[in-house]
Amino acid sequence: MSRYIIGRIGQALLVLWIAFTASFLLLQALPGDAILIKFQNPELGLGPEQIAALRDAYGVDSPLWQQYLQALGNFLTGNFGYSVVGSVPVAHELLTNLPATARLASLGFTLAVIIALGLAFLATLAPFAWLRTAIQSIPSLFVSLPVFWLGIMLIQIFSFRLKWISVINPGEFEGLILPVITLAIPISAPLAQILIRNIDEVSTQPFVAVARAKGASPSWVLWRHVVKNALLPTLTIAGILFGELLAGAVITETVFGLNGIGGLTERSVRFQDTSVIQAIVVFSALCFVAVNLIVDLLYPVFDPRLRRLKGAPA
Amino acid sequence: MSTPLLSVENLSVAYKEAERYARVTHDVSFSVEPGEVVALVGESGSGKTTTAQAVIGLLPENGRIEHGAIRLNGEDIAHWTGKRFDAIRGRQISLIPQDPTSSLNPVKTIGAQVGEILRIHGERDGKAIAARVIELLARVGLSDPELRARQYPHELSGGMKQRVLIAIAIALKPQLIIADEPTSALDVTVQRRILDLIDELRRDTGTAVLLVTHDLGVAADRADRIVVLQGGRIQETGAARQLLAAPQSAYARQLLADAPSLSAGTRAARSPYPAAVIPASEDAILVENLVHDFQIDGRKNFRAVDDISFAVRRGTTHAIVGESGSGKTTTVRDVVGFGRPTSGRISIAGTDIASLKGDALRQFRQKIQLVYQNPFSSLDPRQTVFSIVEEPLRNFGRLDAAARADKVNALLERVGLPEALRQRRPRALSGGQRQRVAIARALVLDPEVVVLDEAVSALDVTVQAQILKLLDELQRERGLTYLFVSHDLAVVRQISDTVSVLQNGRQVETGPVAEVFRNPQSPYTRELIDAIPGQRSHANV
Repeated sequence: MSRYIIGRIGQALLVLWIAFTASFLLLQALPGDAILIKFQNPELGLGPEQIAALRDAYGVDSPLWQQYLQALGNFLTGNFGYSVVGSVPVAHELLTNLPATARLASLGFTLAVIIALGLAFLATLAPFAWLRTAIQSIPSLFVSLPVFWLGIMLIQIFSFRLKWISVINPGEFEGLILPVITLAIPISAPLAQILIRNIDEVSTQPFVAVARAKGASPSWVLWRHVVKNALLPTLTIAGILFGELLAGAVITETVFGLNGIGGLTERSVRFQDTSVIQAIVVFSALCFVAVNLIVDLLYPVFDPRLRRLKGAPA
Repeated sequence: MSTPLLSVENLSVAYKEAERYARVTHDVSFSVEPGEVVALVGESGSGKTTTAQAVIGLLPENGRIEHGAIRLNGEDIAHWTGKRFDAIRGRQISLIPQDPTSSLNPVKTIGAQVGEILRIHGERDGKAIAARVIELLARVGLSDPELRARQYPHELSGGMKQRVLIAIAIALKPQLIIADEPTSALDVTVQRRILDLIDELRRDTGTAVLLVTHDLGVAADRADRIVVLQGGRIQETGAARQLLAAPQSAYARQLLADAPSLSAGTRAARSPYPAAVIPASEDAILVENLVHDFQIDGRKNFRAVDDISFAVRRGTTHAIVGESGSGKTTTVRDVVGFGRPTSGRISIAGTDIASLKGDALRQFRQKIQLVYQNPFSSLDPRQTVFSIVEEPLRNFGRLDAAARADKVNALLERVGLPEALRQRRPRALSGGQRQRVAIARALVLDPEVVVLDEAVSALDVTVQAQILKLLDELQRERGLTYLFVSHDLAVVRQISDTVSVLQNGRQVETGPVAEVFRNPQSPYTRELIDAIPGQRSHANV
C-alpha cells in the first residue's frame, strides 16, 4: 500500500513538472513581455538604455535554458518571483487572492453536488414517466450554458429586474449568491448526467432485484443499495471537474468583478505578467493533482473491493 | 383438495416494445401445493422466468399482466402494487436468484445484507438481528459464520454467495421460494450441494419451491411436478416421474432426448479412424509434463497447471474437464500458443510450439483454431456474418476475393446457416446460429485441430444437441481433432473419445471416456460423475 502511495505521489510530481515546463515554454513563445508593456509607455519617458537595464535586472534576455533552470530552481525553493504589474512578490499576490476564490469554489462545488443529487433523485423517483424524462433533459441544457452568459443573465434577472440582490456594494453573503450559482450550474450538469446514468445502470443489477424480493420499497432500494454504488464512478468525475471549477472561477470573478485568483489570472494575462501566470498554472496543477490523488486514495474507503488484503489473492 | 398455496390461472404477460405490447406468455396455468416442488422447465424465451417474475411481482418496468390471476392462498395478488406487495415479498414469497455473483451488493457486508430482510419486515433490535444472521449463515452450511457476516461478497466463492442468498430467502420462513436457475452459474459439484441444501431446508420448513430451470435433469431430480413451457405456452404438466417416463407432448419428448444428462450413451467407437489403427506418431496434440506458474504481486508463485500430460490421436476428441480454478483455461491458452508454459512440451501436428516466434507463430495459428464459450461476445457486432467468416482468409491472404466468397458461402451452407442471414450482423442471430458462425470461422482456414472452449455451455439443450451433432459430422468429414473443454461431464460423455479430469491444476484422471465413467480412479472424478443431474430419477424410472 505504501509503495502504491509513493508511486502515485511520484506521478503527481511528474505531472507538476510537465505543467511547469509546458507553461514556461508557451509563455516564452509569446511575443513581447510585461516589461515592454509596462515601461515602454512613452509617458514614463524611459530611454532605451534604462529599459535595457530593467530587462537585465529581470533577467529576461538571458538564454532560454538559463531562464528555465533559474525559474525551476526558484520554484523549487518556494520563490515565485515578482509581479511586474503589481510590484509585489507573486506569492503575496496568490495568498491575498486565494481565500476569496477558495470560498467561491468550495461553495460553488457544494451547490453543484446538491443540484446534481437533487436532479438525479428527481429523475429517478418522480411519479410520472414524462416528468422523469423532462428532468433528465435538464443537465444537457445546463451543460450548454456559457458561464459568462449565465452570469450576465442572472444579474439581469435577479438584480435589475427583480431587484432581489443588489449589485452595488452588496453584503458579503449577498454578493456571493449569484457568483456561486453561476459557477455551480455548469459543473452540476455533467455530475447529474453521470449520476442519472449510473443510477439507471445500477438499478438493473440483480442485487437490486434481490433487495426488492426481500420486500424493500423502491426508495429503500435507492437509498440503501443504488446510491452508494452509483456514486463511486461519480467520484472520479468530481476530481476531473475540479479543473472546470478553476476555469469557471476565472470567468465568474471577471463577470462579477470579484477579487480572487480568477481576477488575478485575467489581469496577469492581459498584462503578460509571466511570473504570475506561471505561478497560477503551477498552483492550479498542484490543486488538480492533489484533488485527484485524494480521490484515488479515497476509493478503497468507499469500495471494499479495492482494499488490498495482505497475502490473499482476490 | 384444499386451496393450493399458489395457483396461476390463465396468466398472460406482455412486454412493451416500440409503443406496443407483445405477449410473451399465453394462458399459463399451474398450481403449487404447500411444501411441493414444482419445476418450470423450458429454454430461453419459453416464458419461464417471466412467469416466475410475475408471481413475485417483479416484472421489468415494461412488462404487464394482461389477464389471468395469481392466487396466493386463494387471494389474487396479480394486480397488487406498492406497499401491499412489499409486505408479502420476503415474508411469504422469497427469491433465490440465478447469478450469485451479481446478486449481492458489492459495497455492503454479508451480515448487513442478510440482516436487511429482517429490518425491512420490522425487526428493530440490532442484537437480535445480528444473532439471527449468524444463526442463518450457520444454517446454510457456511463455516465461521461470524467472520462471513463481516466479509464482503467479493471475498466469498460463488457457492458461498449462493448459500448467503439462500439464507436471505429462508430468513422469514416463507411459504414459497422461487428459485430462478439457482445453480446454472455454479460448478457442477457445487451445484449439487446447493440443490441438496435447498431440498433439505425445504423439508425442514415445509416451504414450497417453484424451481425455474432449463435443465430437465435438475427438474427430474428435484421436482414433484414439472411444467414444460415453450414459446410462452404450457406444453405439458405432470408428476415428474410420469412425465419423464412417458412424455405426452412432442416438445417434452424432444427435450428429454436432447438433455445430455438424461441420455446415458457414450460415443463408443464412432471415430472414423479407430484409435488402435492410428500410430502414435499421428498424435495431433501432444502435451508432456506441462507446468504453468503465475506470479502474484511480483513475488509469490502460483502453480496454475501442475504436470499435465495427454496425447490426442488425429481425428479424435479429447475432453478437458474441470471446475473453475482447475487450470483448464491456462492449459488451453498454452496449447493454442497464447500463453508460455513454465516448463513442459506442447506439440501440435508435429510442431513444437515453444520453438515458434513472430510470423512463424502467426502462420502456425492456421493449424489450430478456437471456438469460444460465449457466442454473444466472441463475434464482432459490427461485422456481417460473411465478413466475420471471411476475415481469417484475408488475414492470411491466401485466396482472391471470388475464391474467398465461394469458400465462405460453402462453409456457411455446410454449418447450416440460411443464406438470408449472411449479410446480417450477429445481433440478428440466435445463440445457436452465432455458434454456427463461430464454428465456420474456425474451420475456414482448414485447421487440423479445433479447440472448443465450453463451446456449447451457453446454449439451450436442443440447440446444444444440434451443435454437438454438427461438430460430430464435421469431425468425420474432415478428420478434425477436437480439444473439448468443459465443466459438464454429461456433454463430455456424448462427444469425447478420451478425457482428462483436472482439479486444482493437477490431472487426477485420464483415459478413454467409457472407461473413466465405468471405473473412475479418483474420488474427485466419482464426485463429478455423481453430480450429473438426472440420475436419481433414472434409478427410479
